[in-house]
Amino acid sequence: MKRPYAVTMTGERQHARGSVTRPLLRFSNVALNRGGRLLFEGLDLELGPGDGLHVAGPNGSGKSSLIRLAAGLLPATRGEVQREAATLADDSLALDRELPLARALAFWGGETALAMEALAIDHLADVPVRLLSSGQQKRATLARVAASGASLWLLDEPLNALDAEGGERLARLVQRHREAGGAVVAASHQPLAGTWRRLELGE
Amino acid sequence: MIGRLIARDVRRGLTGAAWLPIAFFLLVATLMPFAIGPDAALLGRVGAGALWIAALTAALLPVERLVEPDRAHGILDQLALRGCAEETVAAAKILAHWLTFAPLLLLAALPASALLGMDALTLWRTEIALVVGTPGLAALTVAVAAVTAGMPRAGSLAGVLVFPLAVPLLIFGAASSGGNSGGLLLEAAISLLLTAGAPFAAGAAIRAARS
Repeated sequence: MKRPYAVTMTGERQHARGSVTRPLLRFSNVALNRGGRLLFEGLDLELGPGDGLHVAGPNGSGKSSLIRLAAGLLPATRGEVQREAATLADDSLALDRELPLARALAFWGGETALAMEALAIDHLADVPVRLLSSGQQKRATLARVAASGASLWLLDEPLNALDAEGGERLARLVQRHREAGGAVVAASHQPLAGTWRRLELGE
Repeated sequence: MIGRLIARDVRRGLTGAAWLPIAFFLLVATLMPFAIGPDAALLGRVGAGALWIAALTAALLPVERLVEPDRAHGILDQLALRGCAEETVAAAKILAHWLTFAPLLLLAALPASALLGMDALTLWRTEIALVVGTPGLAALTVAVAAVTAGMPRAGSLAGVLVFPLAVPLLIFGAASSGGNSGGLLLEAAISLLLTAGAPFAAGAAIRAARS
């Protein structure tokens, strides 16, 4: 019987297997059904400190659903999802549009000044969010993630609307976060810089 | 986080069109003498009831701005990721909504009572009834705002949902404005029930809207 989907995982885990550290994200035999369509099933994965997982696949294969599942915003149809404190960057800005950028970011707390500097949007601190370009808004979303202090980053199409320079800054942030013991799940149909384990959905 | 959310919602409620529900409230009070006629005794009798209907519509006016923008912009999702329960978020929104319309409403009731020719005692009773009843109105509005978030023509739908549910509050609120102390107790009971139940209804609605 031909399966309408495939889950293939490639790449080595970066930290020692069998270490006692608690996983930051664990899927145990997870299946997800959306609108009567089975997106994936029997999915097991475990991310520890330093891990990065690149979720790839064509449009509609369930990349965003997997991210929302990991975020706890969607319930799994079967199986179990466990995670540590996570932060999410997706298409929604989650910043008050009428406020200046610095104040809008400050609502979510954390090291916002450093994060804005890391994404080169610190000169926009006093500009209302609604006036930012879509690339600048994407940088603001990523600054919110970087400032959050959460150990698990969930990024849904993080490269959308980013220019090459922004992509490099994101790669550096991700690298630094992983070196500091964090984990990153990024859903993207574009290649990501650095070393990633790869999860291919819906082939 | 929840304290920041309340402060933010109050700021958003008060900037922009905070005066609009109050202007609406005063407008209804102004129109009553024109609709009923300048009979002072009659106006004094229906005045409290008119104020209650005005209060209900004033509470309902910002219903589309209470939950839907936060759902659409992913703010509710981010709050969930920060570990805030949807029920807590809804309770914060109820408190913030009450803070943005009720104190102004209580102030606006002073000129409105003059327009309606209400005596000082009726005004005093109405103010007390409004203090007791407005938390219930705020809770009901936020719950309905959460249920209708993301639906087309949510504003009109919210009106259709809120008005029947607000009828008990209206009956006993207007009765206690008229000097019925049993009415005040029943109004307090209904307001308490709405305020206690609404966060759970709104929380469930926010979760249901995600999938």
